Amino acid sequence: MITGRFFAAGADRRIAITIFILLAAAIIVPLLNLGVSPASAFYVPAYIVALTGKYLCYALLALALDLVWGYCGILSLGHGAFFALGGYAMGMYLMRQIGSRGVYGNPILPDFMVFLNYKELPWFWHGFDHFWFAAIMVLAVPGLLAFVFGWFAFRSRVTGVYLSIITQAMTYALLLAFFRNDMGFGGNNGLTDFKDILGFNVQADATRSALFAASAVMLALAVFFTWAIVGSKYGKLLMAVRDAESRTRFLGWRAENVKLFAFTVSAVMAGIAGALYVPQVGIINPGEFEPSNSIEVVIWAAVGGRGTIVGPIIGALLVNAGKSWFTGVLPELWLFALGGLFVAVTLLLPRGIIGMWDSWRGNAKALRAASVAEEAAKVAVPSAISKRARSPARNPGEWSLSDPEPQAAE
Amino acid sequence: MTRPQRPDGFLRRPDVQFKTSRDLQKPMTLIRAGLTLLFLLTTLSSSGAADADLRGIIAKFATVTDFSETGAVVRELTATGDPAVERPLAALADGNLYVRTADSMVLVGKEGDGSVQLFDPLSGEAVGQASEEDITKITVNNTLRRTIRDALGTLTLGSKDPTVRVAAADTMFKTPDTANIEPLDAAIASESVASVKALLEQARAASILVSDKPDADKLAAIALIGARGDRNAVSLLTSVEASASGAVKGAATAAIASINSTLAIWDAGQNIWYGISLGSVLLLAAIGLAITFGVMGVINMAHGEMVMLGAYTTFVVQQVIRTSFPGLFDWSLVIALPLAFLVSALIGLVIERGVIRFLYGRPLETLLATWGVSLILQQAVRSIFGPTNQEVGNPSWMSGSFAIGQLAITWNRLWILVFALAVFGVLLYVMKRTPWGLQMRAVTANRRMAASMGIRTPWVDALTFALGSGIAGIAGVALSQIDNVSPNLGRGYIIDSFMVVVFGGVGNLWGTLVGAFSLGIVNKFLEPYAGAVLGKIVVLVLIILFIQKRPRGLFALKGRAVEA
Repeated sequence: MITGRFFAAGADRRIAITIFILLAAAIIVPLLNLGVSPASAFYVPAYIVALTGKYLCYALLALALDLVWGYCGILSLGHGAFFALGGYAMGMYLMRQIGSRGVYGNPILPDFMVFLNYKELPWFWHGFDHFWFAAIMVLAVPGLLAFVFGWFAFRSRVTGVYLSIITQAMTYALLLAFFRNDMGFGGNNGLTDFKDILGFNVQADATRSALFAASAVMLALAVFFTWAIVGSKYGKLLMAVRDAESRTRFLGWRAENVKLFAFTVSAVMAGIAGALYVPQVGIINPGEFEPSNSIEVVIWAAVGGRGTIVGPIIGALLVNAGKSWFTGVLPELWLFALGGLFVAVTLLLPRGIIGMWDSWRGNAKALRAASVAEEAAKVAVPSAISKRARSPARNPGEWSLSDPEPQAAE
Repeated sequence: MTRPQRPDGFLRRPDVQFKTSRDLQKPMTLIRAGLTLLFLLTTLSSSGAADADLRGIIAKFATVTDFSETGAVVRELTATGDPAVERPLAALADGNLYVRTADSMVLVGKEGDGSVQLFDPLSGEAVGQASEEDITKITVNNTLRRTIRDALGTLTLGSKDPTVRVAAADTMFKTPDTANIEPLDAAIASESVASVKALLEQARAASILVSDKPDADKLAAIALIGARGDRNAVSLLTSVEASASGAVKGAATAAIASINSTLAIWDAGQNIWYGISLGSVLLLAAIGLAITFGVMGVINMAHGEMVMLGAYTTFVVQQVIRTSFPGLFDWSLVIALPLAFLVSALIGLVIERGVIRFLYGRPLETLLATWGVSLILQQAVRSIFGPTNQEVGNPSWMSGSFAIGQLAITWNRLWILVFALAVFGVLLYVMKRTPWGLQMRAVTANRRMAASMGIRTPWVDALTFALGSGIAGIAGVALSQIDNVSPNLGRGYIIDSFMVVVFGGVGNLWGTLVGAFSLGIVNKFLEPYAGAVLGKIVVLVLIILFIQKRPRGLFALKGRAVEA
């Protein structure tokens, strides 16, 4: 049914292209890495595969954030927490896979537990020796946290900056908690020194290519899934809550349920991104809970264009590629660049690259139409009038833009 | 013993010549004799005779061959009862007393790199330096050290300076000894200051407990020590409890229990003080944020960086003072305060006019833009001053601590509390009693109405933001005294300040005050039970839960708006 809509004439061509590109990359990049000789010009080195695989995970995280921020108006500054929780779930599976190959050779306990004098496995580590269990936990832990947190927050109508701040507090509290050695998650050092995933060596080129492909496919799936949500009636409701929460509520909808749904789905997506991220970078530590990481995710989505599906992906890829380049060439200037990006995007590009592209295209179209109209000696419809009419805003902030006044917090 | 002819050394250290009678017997040149006479006269006019006697005894250290001989000399020194022997004895106990091989002079040495700085044992004047080969250390063992310590304790009981007598009484309390009773009795009889007398009596009681005096005396002693009520008393009584039996044991147990219950109250008091101190820091960090958030609905993520800029302003001011006007160092904070306010307020004004102004009505975007600004400011400071911690000194009036009962209170924390309350008071005055404050409150309550009444809201916004930033700057001056001044200084406070503002509610300064102090106190009360990190987590979770209950904070503004 949804697929039917997808391939219908009115389907979003941009989504289709994105999914196609991602699926193609999932096939071509591993082929170029494994099947082409290193001497060839088409050879993709393993580190590029790992790097872009990492970027794809970031893109998935950005897309997850965009679902709540761009479409539902909830600015979460704690999405890094869901990402890290997913990563920890995967990391625990990978730790259990090390088995007796660790430094201390204990078949049950991971190295850090032997080091910290654990006598037996803590209860929450049981089951992680099975991949299926870890996979469920990757979905369940972030999802459950988001559900409980959101249930409390949305029901009591914590909105706007208040919500942003308490999501930040949430990730900060988790950061502090995971830094503690007696939490049983490896403390400061986190989980690392992985050997196998599903029986394949994590370090091997073939595994890396497979992980890359998995990330690309998962991102494609997420794009499709997000598109399906946003295009459905529920998606309309999401945007209604974003644009006029009270009005939606007065019309009889339960705004808190809508938000809770989006928040939980988004957290699960972030968890998946984290789970794919960990085997590719080979470590997960409490630093991932750092509030500044979560805020950085927001800028990825903002650069690409929030309230669009392709935007966050482009933003995440661009910003991270820029970060890799900057930290390699001009490490001093990276923070200036990132800070400038935050300011410039919010001031000059409130709708991101995609939004700018669209409005530019729209203007071009309008100009063409105007010239055609002029040739026909007809009066073009003044664009101002069409703007005045309140069409359902697809882009957040469109309405409030007409009202550029500070609003007191109360 | 032949003494080499060193006229130059002699000229530099004339008084050393009186050290031994042997020296006087030595053949001397005419000049030397004249100088000796001169100094004999000058020193005689003060406490010369005693001084010469002491020097005579001290010189015996040069000839001792074993510990018992050293002990004999120590006792001889003590017997003089002159407080001046404290310096050589303390040096001896610390292993800092040396004999110079060249002239067998006994001197106090202070080891530097490679060479030893030498001082006169009585006057403490520097008398030059020597390499390690030229001097021999007078060795001591533990028995000797104890002898010296006891001797010093007894000796200083007779000091003219009451603080020295207090220190002596404290030492004797901590190291009770039957031998102490007699000198203590004498000291108590001649003591005129009541507080010192009480301490001496407690020290005597402690010594009685370890003596073989009758139980009645011991019971009285326990009562006296129980009244003292500090941790030293508990440790003393615990050892008594372990060794004694019968009524004494029972009395000790009871006294320990009563002291412990008093101590628990003091502990609670100490926790409250720590909490208040933390609260004052939070208040300083959060109050500027509360103003901008309350009036403009703007979350300023660069607020922490304003604090950091204030701290760096203090650093720069201190650097200038250190290099150019060292005498003004105690005034450095006072000078830094207005400068920090100006620096942060100006930068705040620039941020408001340059960035935030364009983002009104979009609080979430403002949050992101100010986060970007904070990254830029941090990196700018890091590029200029380097990533390491900068040293900001405490002026003398902010160092040290004092005690109230069992509470230890450091001056810098106390001053910061006073300062935070002063800033709060000034802000309250500005908000409630000045036209500007009236305008700010009007804009907070209803922006459009305020604008209709002729208030220039953009100006109010700009000045409010500058004020909030400036307050953050002076908070930085205070925080530079208790925290590391590094580019990351602000990061540590930003989340806590948010919590204070969110907890206290916006638009109400009292809310911030209550929020800051209650968070501080709750945090410090949780720490002993849950540990610092877990305590903080618990507080964060509590706030998150609290927000569910009161989404607008403790002191929410009442209004009829449907949504914020």
